Amino acid sequence: MSEATVNEVGPHDGVTGLVDDWAADKQAYHVPWGKAMMWIFLVSDTFIFSCFLIGYLNVRITTTEPWPVQSEIFALSFGGDPIPLILIAIMTFILITSSGTMALAVNFGYRKDKAKTFWLICATAAFGASFVGMQAFEWSKLIIDEGVRPWGNPFGAPQFGSVFFMVTGFHGLHVSAGVIYLLWVAFRVKKGYYDEKGFEIVEIAGLYWHFVDLVWVFIFAFFYLL
Amino acid sequence: MAYVPLADRDHEMEMHHPHSWVEKYVWSQDHKVIAIQYGSIAVFTGIVGLALSLLFRMQLGFPDTATFIDPSFYYQAVTMHGMIMVVYLLTALFLGGFGNYLIPLMCGARDMVFPFMNMLSVWVFLVSVIILMASFFVGGGPTGGGWTLYPPQTNLAGTPGHDMGIVLMLISLGVFIVATTMGGLNYVVTVLQYRCRGLTMMRLPLSVWGIFVATILALFAFPALLVAAIMMLFDILAGTSFFMPAIIESGTPLDHNGGSPVLFQHLFWFFGHPEVYIVALPAFGLVSDVLSVHARKNIFGYRMMVWAIIAIGGLSFIVWAHHMYVSGMHPYFGFFFATTTLIIAVPTALKVYNWVLTLWEGDIRLNAPMYFAIGFIFTFIHGGITGLFLGNVVIDLPLSDTYFVVAHFHMVMGVSPVLVVFAAIYHWYPKMSGRMFHSGMAKLHFWCTFLGTYAIYLPMHYLGFLGVPRRYYALGTTDFIPQSAQDLNTTITIAALFVGASQLLFFINIIWSLRYGPKADPNPWGAASLEWHTPDTPPSHGNWGDSLPTVYRWAYDYSVPGAREDFIAQNTPETEEPTVDEQHFDPDQDKSLADA
Repeated sequence: MSEATVNEVGPHDGVTGLVDDWAADKQAYHVPWGKAMMWIFLVSDTFIFSCFLIGYLNVRITTTEPWPVQSEIFALSFGGDPIPLILIAIMTFILITSSGTMALAVNFGYRKDKAKTFWLICATAAFGASFVGMQAFEWSKLIIDEGVRPWGNPFGAPQFGSVFFMVTGFHGLHVSAGVIYLLWVAFRVKKGYYDEKGFEIVEIAGLYWHFVDLVWVFIFAFFYLL
Repeated sequence: MAYVPLADRDHEMEMHHPHSWVEKYVWSQDHKVIAIQYGSIAVFTGIVGLALSLLFRMQLGFPDTATFIDPSFYYQAVTMHGMIMVVYLLTALFLGGFGNYLIPLMCGARDMVFPFMNMLSVWVFLVSVIILMASFFVGGGPTGGGWTLYPPQTNLAGTPGHDMGIVLMLISLGVFIVATTMGGLNYVVTVLQYRCRGLTMMRLPLSVWGIFVATILALFAFPALLVAAIMMLFDILAGTSFFMPAIIESGTPLDHNGGSPVLFQHLFWFFGHPEVYIVALPAFGLVSDVLSVHARKNIFGYRMMVWAIIAIGGLSFIVWAHHMYVSGMHPYFGFFFATTTLIIAVPTALKVYNWVLTLWEGDIRLNAPMYFAIGFIFTFIHGGITGLFLGNVVIDLPLSDTYFVVAHFHMVMGVSPVLVVFAAIYHWYPKMSGRMFHSGMAKLHFWCTFLGTYAIYLPMHYLGFLGVPRRYYALGTTDFIPQSAQDLNTTITIAALFVGASQLLFFINIIWSLRYGPKADPNPWGAASLEWHTPDTPPSHGNWGDSLPTVYRWAYDYSVPGAREDFIAQNTPETEEPTVDEQHFDPDQDKSLADA
């Protein structure tokens, strides 16, 4: 048997396949280095967001003042009665849509359709940028109109404002970094930088983007809905 | 297109070859240069930590003789000593130093998978050290809240460094975590994806296994510290109350309420306990290799050793609250954490037995690295056994705030890993520098360090049983502490000064030998693992010359009957030499192995 067959994508699934992978020489996973690295980084980042959310739930229990009613604070009125959580709903919808365009970009990337890949990544970045923009609107509304500060707010427990700025801020930084990363990848796709190397980088950037979306789902559920 | 494993696309590996002195030694992307940069910065920081410990020992041994050591300075010195030694010396030296040097060489790789990111890692680490050192020069000085940085105490006006010192400490830790993450991702992916032909995970030297698992722990444990640091920075700078309960300071209520100090402790120790094993696991791995080489015997129970490392790594995430028994907790939680803590003793004891059984009937060569490795077995058993005491809630409660705990963790995660650091530096020094150190001086260094640390820490156990509290600036006059405790403290301080001074033997030896030491043989100890079989000594950029090595056996073929020498290099084909590889791996039979 030749050397190459040792590492061929295993004929086995499940546990046997896992044992195959880990018993192989040279590499444990049949993925490029960058992709393996992104996966491990995302697990590490998961620990960061988990600690944030657990910390949030903990101070929500320990604080002595009542927790504000989020559906009233995060409500917008368009002429009529205020609609609870409407802005957050739109933001969530936009972010999840951007995951869809990202998945399409990965698909077209592997088909080497550079034009479509480029435009789909740009669309994803645009959705991401509009998410950050709406977050900025939400922040300024809370800070200027309603007087919410990290150290206190008119609605109840001061930890509400602290957690809000810290958690959504940290996530917003992730989205902003993702937008820059995506634009950089899109630029290099267009320049033909990956024609030789392959378009795995689009999928790697996509992994990060989907992760940021997934984290938002948890922040949405635990902070806005709970 | 058929998938070509990256390790086979050798010619495609992007090597950034240096063109100038600055690119070669300063902005270097060579893992070996980066390792030495990491190690040098860590050791420099460690010297500061050592000097601080000698200063506060002066106060304990000879109270009020050195007038510049006031209570504030004492607490600052204790705090900075702890944080520097645990994070900036040991973590950086084991992962950034030895990890960087040994992983690519032992895996038969040309470099780390992303050399540029590796270079960023060391420079970001330097930035974190500079921020940390800057706290000595700001108003109020560095933080004096104890290395655990517990709020609310750390943030209150009575604590030295409560304004700028703590802020710089937290920022420095954050920057350090960024550096560790960039380096750590590199180490893990290199081990997983860039091993040479024939090198399966179960043929890796235990050094690589130890560093590999420790790096995974670092990637999953440091996030908790990062989050704790961010929340505490918010508390200090933005006036939030994550960790600050309602509190009255000098008669005035502070603008905080509803926070949870215990939350900080949970986050800190969720990092802090794995941190113990981030330091210990690389030490376990390195010492296994040193013992095996100098005993001319294969490591006893290689597979068990690997699984023990993995088991210890996994368990280290579910024991953290044993540091918090005195903070108060539900008895069932105490029961749970005591149980998991004691379970860790099983894989750990297994490793100790295997080290001893590796020595058993070995052809032991008492070279300088072997002195330190055997010394490590003593100090580790010693520190480990007192760990069993402290893992139990009822024994921990009275002992927790005494010198017994100080003695325990210094034996187990201070002296033991440091002995391994010395063993490893002496062991790999000929490969790193191409020169031989002075053997007699190294052995003298060992005896001074080994006996000296026992003179320091054995009496501390006794002080702990007497009930002498730790972290106190002065003992004062108390009925339950006899005058003899003070005499003992004086003895300890004299021993500490002696041990501190004797480290000069080490520095003089390695610096002098760098220039004047005799040229070293490429493989002076007769070791089998890959890093001793590079074409050049010290290895050149790219490590392996024209083609990557191929591995045919594990790293522990020593004293094999019928072999030409008493070791067989990992890259010697089975057709040339016999094998006793316990995982008899033949690439042609690979499928049968997978099917089994």
